[in-house]
Amino acid sequence: MQDERYAFRGKKHLILPILFLLPQLVITVVFFFYPAGEALLGSVYMEDSFGLSREFVGLDNFVVLFSDPGYLETLYLTFIFSIATITLTMGVSLLMAVVADQVHTGGTLYKSMLIIPYAVAPPLAGVLWLFLFNPSVGVLSTFLDGLGYTWNHKLNGNQALLLLIISASWKQISYNFLFFLAGLQAIPRSLIEAAAIDGASPWQRFRNIIFPLLSPTTFFLLVVNTIYTLFETFGIVHAVTQGGPSRATETLIYKVFNDGFIGLDFGGSSAQSVVLMFIVMILTFLQFRYIERKVNY
Amino acid sequence: MVEKKGLGRALSHAVLLFGAAIVLFPLYVALVATSHSYDVLIGSTPLWFGGELIKNFTTVLTQGLKAAGGIPVWVMMSNSLIMALGIALGKIAISITAAYAIVYFRFPGRELCFVLIFITLMMPVEVRIVPTFQVAANLNFIDSYAGLILPLIASATATFLYRQMFMTIPQELLEAARIDGAGPWRFFVDVVLPLSRTNTAALFVVLFIYGWNQYLWPLLVTNQESMYTVVMGIQRMVNIPDAVPEWNLIMAVALLGMLPPLLVVLGMQKLFVRGLVETEK
Repeated sequence: MQDERYAFRGKKHLILPILFLLPQLVITVVFFFYPAGEALLGSVYMEDSFGLSREFVGLDNFVVLFSDPGYLETLYLTFIFSIATITLTMGVSLLMAVVADQVHTGGTLYKSMLIIPYAVAPPLAGVLWLFLFNPSVGVLSTFLDGLGYTWNHKLNGNQALLLLIISASWKQISYNFLFFLAGLQAIPRSLIEAAAIDGASPWQRFRNIIFPLLSPTTFFLLVVNTIYTLFETFGIVHAVTQGGPSRATETLIYKVFNDGFIGLDFGGSSAQSVVLMFIVMILTFLQFRYIERKVNY
Repeated sequence: MVEKKGLGRALSHAVLLFGAAIVLFPLYVALVATSHSYDVLIGSTPLWFGGELIKNFTTVLTQGLKAAGGIPVWVMMSNSLIMALGIALGKIAISITAAYAIVYFRFPGRELCFVLIFITLMMPVEVRIVPTFQVAANLNFIDSYAGLILPLIASATATFLYRQMFMTIPQELLEAARIDGAGPWRFFVDVVLPLSRTNTAALFVVLFIYGWNQYLWPLLVTNQESMYTVVMGIQRMVNIPDAVPEWNLIMAVALLGMLPPLLVVLGMQKLFVRGLVETEK
């Protein structure tokens, strides 16, 4: 269908498209394909600790990786972190969007406030919450102390993970809110009004009409949020807990960084990168399926 | 209309106010902490303002935090600004041209170029950090603006957006332009660029925030403190070994670090929302 478009063709029109494409192609090859290829290669080699020689080891790095209880723990931990963050942020955002969609006075003001976290970089969001939960001076930890609950995320791994989940969810509320709101506003009012006339309660209207019609948005956000919790939250982990206490908050992406740059285990880190690329490929595929499906709606 | 009245409406506002409170509370406490001196913040954080707000902001901007190297935060902020502008403008420049070539030309290898670019669509730099870092090191990119900017402009999202947009430009425009004797360059400059102005502005807003908020890459590619960006520099202030963090100053830095993207988001809200919703969909 594309090739039937009217376009510049022939030898006369060869230089300009090449010049136009070149910058993006060069950058993509140098900073994407080459490093991705290196990661793939590195994942099947074992390098000595001085980086002087490498030996082909096939899938050994992957075997080592998946039989390492530490890596499996990291997988499990990342899974918990992702599910909790996605549930929390999507739940709050959906509630806010559904309510904001119905409010007529002050809607713009609420919207302006709710999009603020989008501007805040993940590590900065982490630092803000780190301060609130700081065991000695934090406002919220002091409050919890007053209730008889001791908060110290520097010693308690579960509390550290919870701190990351709260920070990561807070930061992502804006994004989800905006997309849910856009999705809600695209639902024809007449449908909801018809249901109301037929006597459907607000909950029934939400459950049977709004939520199903919102499902493309929900699915899209699910994929985007997964990518967010897997990768973009690196800054939160690094700035707030640095994987601690005793690796209780070491997520997949933090482990790639830690093993590659601190532990200098290039083969192991490459194998981990390849696993991550594989995950992203699956998510991209799902996303494309979504885009295709949306066209048919 | 399905209108809420009385109790229902009050409940709606209560829910939204609660949401706004969750969003604003950390920022409020950060601002309050910035307004106090170091001594006040030992033991607990007050919930009302002190009188040191201007002083603390001035201190971090001009002197930075002594315990964390003492690089003035204005230096970090100008690094962030250069990086954010470079990433935003760079991405737009390479994307709009690449999309134009793909949509308006037919040449051998076009499909291949298309596939090569779009395969990178969702691949964040985080996934391939170790080898990408080695490439940057081999190119002498460490501690340079090129190193901060170039590896991050390799993404297909903007190209994809421009491609989608160009496909909606009526064919008749190109036919008319060619009858009037316009070549591909003329058509690009006089028709395509002006038509994409709004999209470009919306995209710029989103990409500026994306660039400003980068963390992992600046962390790897900068060693000298004078090249730190503010978003990544703050981590050094929080995690000082054997020292109590100076929270009043750290919160000042956090607030300064989010100020430019915040101004962009709130000042250009319409454009921002449009850019966000359209780049992703």
